[in-house]
Amino acid sequence: MMWELIYVLLGIGIFFNLLASVGLLRFPDVYTRLHAGTKCTTFGSIFVALAVMAYGLWKWYDGDEAMISLAIHAFFALIAILLTNPTGAHAIARAAYRSGVKPAKAVIDELGGEKND
Amino acid sequence: MLVFIGATILCFIIWLLFTFNGSIWQWDEITAGIVFSIIAGAITEKVAIKEYRSLSPKKWLYLIAYLPRFFYEMAKANFDVAYRIITGKIKPGIVKLSPGLKNNLSITILANSITLTPGTLSVDVDEAGNLYVHWINVKPEFFEEKDIKCKCRYVCSTFPDWARRIGE
Repeated sequence: MMWELIYVLLGIGIFFNLLASVGLLRFPDVYTRLHAGTKCTTFGSIFVALAVMAYGLWKWYDGDEAMISLAIHAFFALIAILLTNPTGAHAIARAAYRSGVKPAKAVIDELGGEKND
Repeated sequence: MLVFIGATILCFIIWLLFTFNGSIWQWDEITAGIVFSIIAGAITEKVAIKEYRSLSPKKWLYLIAYLPRFFYEMAKANFDVAYRIITGKIKPGIVKLSPGLKNNLSITILANSITLTPGTLSVDVDEAGNLYVHWINVKPEFFEEKDIKCKCRYVCSTFPDWARRIGE
């Protein structure tokens, strides 16, 4: 039963990480690629970390005491991903805009002409 | 001083969690943890913004209440982006939002929420607190809407209200 749960969590996680790499190849410019490359990987990594936590807690419950550290470390890795991923994406997007990359195929660009240095 | 004590205790707890391997801690682990926690606390004391208003328990309760709602929106929007990746139907654009938030903390919470929700990516923020959001699928209804509050709703549902409750 536990193995099935872990396989399902891993499957969902890997599916979204795969979609992120497909999106990186398909999308036209840096902003849309950031959407694929940061958001889907966050969602995928949440599920991969959940699978690791489930495995660690399960083995700990079964009597292998050192396995609890696996679950704790995966939990902190998850928090670190959730905190740093939007910050990094924001920094890359802002740097790209300031160095003059215009969004491709954009229907609107309300930031254009608002150079507030 | 309050910041120093708080940060030291927090760092020490995290250290204990990291070094826990099923059995009770050794004395050398605890000693090293105390030393490093005090160093980290002293550094935090220097760089921390001393604003104790955000420590009120009501805000932490709001933050905890916000998390399930946020993860629901995140999951929903993830499937939307997955659909767009597979089909390639995108209409990207950068739109301006005026959520009307006052202080830095609430704007940070809102911008990070917008970035973590797939489909929207906050690119820039100006002095007046207006956010510039890159949106992967700009809806035509967004331009017809005149009310600023309703405009935000298309991009980030009710996140501005939550950010105001948590941060201000």
